[in-house]
Amino acid sequence: MVDFSLWDIARNLLLAARWTVVLSLIAFASGGLVGLALLVARLGGGRGATAAVAAYVQLFQGTPLLMQLFLAYFGLALFGLNVSPWLAAGLALTLYTSAYLTEIWRGCVDAIPTGQWEAAESLALSFGETLRHVVGPQALRIAVPPTVGFLVQVIKGTALASVIGFIELTKAGTMITNATFRPFTVYAGVALMYFMLCWPVSATARRLERNLRRGH
Amino acid sequence: MATEPDKGGAPIVAIHALKKRFGANEVLKGIDLDVRRGEVVAIIGKSGSGKSTLLRCVNGLEAFQEGTLTVDGQPLRHGNALAMRALRQHVGMIFQSFNLFPHLSVGRNVMLAPTLVKHADRAAAEAQARALLQRVGLAEKFDAWPDQLSGGQQQRVAIARALAMSPSVLLCDEITSALDPELVGEVLKVVESLAVDGMTLMMVTHEMNFARKVSDRVVFMHAGRIHEVGAPQQLFGAPRTPELQQFLAALH
Amino acid sequence: MTLDFAAVWADWPLLARGVGMTLLLTVLAATVGGLLGVACGWARAWGPKALARAVAAYVELIRNTPFIVQLFFVFFGLPSLGLKLSPEAASVIAMVLNLGAYAAEIARAGIEATPRGQLEAARSLALNEWQVITRVVLPPALARVWPAMVSQVVIVMLGSAVCGQIATQELSYYANLIQSRNFRAFEAYIIATLIYLGLAFALRQALHWAGPRFVFGRVGARR
Repeated sequence: MVDFSLWDIARNLLLAARWTVVLSLIAFASGGLVGLALLVARLGGGRGATAAVAAYVQLFQGTPLLMQLFLAYFGLALFGLNVSPWLAAGLALTLYTSAYLTEIWRGCVDAIPTGQWEAAESLALSFGETLRHVVGPQALRIAVPPTVGFLVQVIKGTALASVIGFIELTKAGTMITNATFRPFTVYAGVALMYFMLCWPVSATARRLERNLRRGH
Repeated sequence: MATEPDKGGAPIVAIHALKKRFGANEVLKGIDLDVRRGEVVAIIGKSGSGKSTLLRCVNGLEAFQEGTLTVDGQPLRHGNALAMRALRQHVGMIFQSFNLFPHLSVGRNVMLAPTLVKHADRAAAEAQARALLQRVGLAEKFDAWPDQLSGGQQQRVAIARALAMSPSVLLCDEITSALDPELVGEVLKVVESLAVDGMTLMMVTHEMNFARKVSDRVVFMHAGRIHEVGAPQQLFGAPRTPELQQFLAALH
Repeated sequence: MTLDFAAVWADWPLLARGVGMTLLLTVLAATVGGLLGVACGWARAWGPKALARAVAAYVELIRNTPFIVQLFFVFFGLPSLGLKLSPEAASVIAMVLNLGAYAAEIARAGIEATPRGQLEAARSLALNEWQVITRVVLPPALARVWPAMVSQVVIVMLGSAVCGQIATQELSYYANLIQSRNFRAFEAYIIATLIYLGLAFALRQALHWAGPRFVFGRVGARR
């Protein structure tokens, strides 16, 4: 049996961690765009749009991410597409992120007092102008901490992509464990690396939240 | 009120048989009211009488189920966004809780709507904003932030902001009710000057002395209807109905 | 593309068994994890500094690592220390530790929101510290944060789907099993997903119903 050093393990985990970061950023960015579109649709679209977006959010918040990944993987295959783990994981995580972000952002917009909407309306501003110049900027400020906080959820979510064959940190951990028979060390290392990715983001989100409450 | 209301012309606000319900609760039970150009109308009554709701119907913040409401010759079409936008360029509103935009400076608050809606250019909007802030006595606060101002100052900025759109009618919804007593006077002074300059005003107010002094007509509302209407001396001096007598007695 | 849900539904006894296990895991995790969370929440809010710091470290560790990694660590990693665990046991332990950390933060927020006057009144009535905490502080604190707690339990229940990966025989495990036999992967996962959706809804309703009745009493006479 080959003897693997701690550094061998760490190096392979680090290489795989790259893909964790890449997938996280892709999902966060595209999820954010989709979430924003859903938010605008919900705010401006009347009863039907509100109900549809609410149902969309309920669907993604009420089902396991693992199932969403499986459905993306096997569902895309049904359309005859050559499904790679990248495509399935990217799609599933994007939709998952969009549902959570749109809900977070809706909460932020709802937190803006009605008086702001009424004042803008009374000044003859259109819906779009009100959103862009009055409500939007205020909602954006309070949305930053929870949005940054959700990035942590996305990073943790990428760990599940390992189950559909996506090579990232967790999958690497499994593979290296099988090669080295040192599960305690390997999984501790995996946990440590996720911690090093997530904890700074969490801490930043907390600091942003504190600054928000303190300042104006 | 130095300027006499325009007696010859058509009323600038014409309300006819207006009825409004909130769910099963009928809040306005058939309102008839005409306001002439340049007239100052004070609306008084107990809370729950429908006074604020009536005011909010005039600029479309509340929709009504029956009746007609015409502003400057145009009937209110609540569903039509373009029509509402046009309406609100003629009707301004001042709120009890000021509703200044906290993320914009005082000057920007006043400039926002003219720049966006009337497409005024920056320089002209800024000049107008400075002039209006001067008029409400806050010229030096152009670059201040709303949360740095007292309540009375914020409300005066709100008045300047509404005036920036050059409305023909100004709606004042209990604009001094949220102010500390010593700050009420500065706001009422501004409103009085607007009345003197010939602005058409519809104000829901609890400031009876002010209403008596400044208004041309006083409307007493009770349980969703207009109970008594008349000149201030008549309404305050010789209330006819028991409800109004009770209301006035309770204030002392 | 033809979808055949009947082929999957024919195996409904397996799915039912899976649901049973999912619920069992959730109930165990919720009770033990809930208690752990409340204890940790108290520790961070009002406990001795060293304990508070230890709890903070535990909470940060769990909240900044994925559940699947925690599960793998407990199931694959701990045996190296001589602690051999069944898949079910490992799942419960991982879920308890996971929920405990999140519940700790939620409970802490509720406890810290206790108005000072409540504590002063309770102490003035000569209640001892344990009584103050359990009788005066915790019921309103839990009532305050109950929606957040319920959401977290639902999240953990949904997260238990991952336990199928270590052969815990819960719902996702059986969905996997069924599709490996009849190759109806998409249909199997759709059905499993819908069942999870139903479970999430039912669990939320049940906990909202049970909270005032069994956990914290009718605080505030709201309902």
